[in-house]
Amino acid sequence: MMLMVNDTIREDYRIILDWIKDGSSVLDLGCHEGELLSLIVKKKNAKAQGIEIDEQAIYKCVELGLSVSHQDIDNGLSEYGDGSFDYVILNQSIQQVKKPDVVLKESLRVGKEVIIGFPNFAHFRARFQIFFRGKTPVTPSLPYEWYETPNLHFLSISDFMDYCQKQDIRIQRRAFFCNDRMTGMTNILPNLLAHTGLFLISK
Amino acid sequence: MSSTIAVEYPGKVKSCESIGIVGTKYFTFAHSPYELTLDSGEKLGPVTLAYETYGKLNDHRSNAILILHALSGDAHAAGFHEGDEKPGWWDEMIGPGKAFDTDTYFVICSNVLGGCRGSTGPSSIDPVTGKPYGVDFPTITIKDMVKAQRHLIDHLGIEKILCVMGGSMGGMQALQWAASYPERVRSVIPIATTLKHSPQQIAFNEVGRLAIMADPDWQGGRYYGRTVPSKGLAVARMIGHITYMSDISMSEKFGRRFRNGKIPSKFGAEFEVEGYLHYHGDNFVRRFDANSYLYITKALDYFDLSNGKTLFEVFKGISAKFLIIAFKSDWLYPAYQSKEILKICKLAGIEATYCEINSTYGHDAFLLEIEEETHLVRHFLKKVFNGYAVDDAHGK
Repeated sequence: MMLMVNDTIREDYRIILDWIKDGSSVLDLGCHEGELLSLIVKKKNAKAQGIEIDEQAIYKCVELGLSVSHQDIDNGLSEYGDGSFDYVILNQSIQQVKKPDVVLKESLRVGKEVIIGFPNFAHFRARFQIFFRGKTPVTPSLPYEWYETPNLHFLSISDFMDYCQKQDIRIQRRAFFCNDRMTGMTNILPNLLAHTGLFLISK
Repeated sequence: MSSTIAVEYPGKVKSCESIGIVGTKYFTFAHSPYELTLDSGEKLGPVTLAYETYGKLNDHRSNAILILHALSGDAHAAGFHEGDEKPGWWDEMIGPGKAFDTDTYFVICSNVLGGCRGSTGPSSIDPVTGKPYGVDFPTITIKDMVKAQRHLIDHLGIEKILCVMGGSMGGMQALQWAASYPERVRSVIPIATTLKHSPQQIAFNEVGRLAIMADPDWQGGRYYGRTVPSKGLAVARMIGHITYMSDISMSEKFGRRFRNGKIPSKFGAEFEVEGYLHYHGDNFVRRFDANSYLYITKALDYFDLSNGKTLFEVFKGISAKFLIIAFKSDWLYPAYQSKEILKICKLAGIEATYCEINSTYGHDAFLLEIEEETHLVRHFLKKVFNGYAVDDAHGK
């Protein structure tokens, strides 16, 4: 199973767990097979719900005892009232939705805080592949060829931070990962060195 | 099956056997002067419910599951009646090691009020006249069916039901249980169902009813002891079967193939699909009462869980957990209706899981997609029964 490597939790999951307060309510948008969500329930005693579009992943979630909705997060979170959850999580899903802007705004309405993680398109390996080879980049956080990628939008860490500034979104915490690990170097030049960015944001 | 689950149950696969020989029991209540007061204000009594039970009620009386049948179903959900070759209508889901594991749970299924399979309905004898009620039988609703079942559950000494579950009309009863008796239900599994009957659903039922009433043998509903309106009832059932299937499932099952043998007349059943409908129509007439069909389809059409309140008011008092299941190709009870159940659960802060199974079987899928339903139901029930199940699922 992916989440346990020698009994250690994946680094980004560990950071997310760090950021979430005990006994919170959590909505995970694009919860896949529920690895992160079940960790949050177990370790943080959270009241958790997931939304996932893939039917086979739903069966896995139900097996883990999670409450999940087989839905498309693009079709809106309108049934949830303002601030219904302490946290809304968008981990590696924002780049796959049709309307990231709408999903983000809705997440910030429904959740008091939003945790968002995405692959950084401006990592130096990606830049190198575009600039010197003239090819669509394939990197550890963007592992797909152009013809099979589920990703619809490509954004960089700088893009996201600009967006937050323009939209008056507060970035409260951030973490950057290179090859799924946090390193000191990555923090100095994240837009160049990080494969993945993770942010805790609020309105 | 149209899709398979890439999930294994390591060390958990048990041999799935039949529950074996079972028998139908009967419970009679609402004797004068304690008749059952119906939704319409009319009184009915005495009332008999036919029911079957499988497995054992535990000492805490906490493992009871109520299975609610659809329009043409009955109390015989699992196992075999003495001498029968065919098992109950949901035998694949109920039994040792199955989704509703009778080694763990106590499963109850009763024939609905208004039915004709052992419970009081229009073909029962009216104690006042000594003759079958016929159309003098009072109008009944889904709420009345549930009210009658509550008497049975009281009789069985069960305060809190672990799970109420059903497909189609059974799903409406399950929802009604949660709305009428929220304190007595720990979980609800509505499958391929709706919060209220839509105009399209009402329209199909009306055509079925008109077919029955247009049959000269119907005789204004007073046909008991004479020829039954078999042609009308068969047509009603045929319409039903068309709505239970999908374009794809019909194409796959019949194509444009012709039947073998001589066609009796110019407009006889030439195509396989015609033969199928005739077969099921004729079969149905042997086991179902035409007046029951009229009453039960009316109960379906009247169904609107909100019942004059807002849905939020209905759901806010419910603490049960929900597992809502729909099927992609079901056009009679389309997935959007199940999503409305999900939506109101979320608004009311009810813990709900929703799965739209990618089936091609149409509405019939709820009786056919056993593998998928088993997986969902088994784990959902385990969570409700034992509390949170993460450790278990990891095999620790």
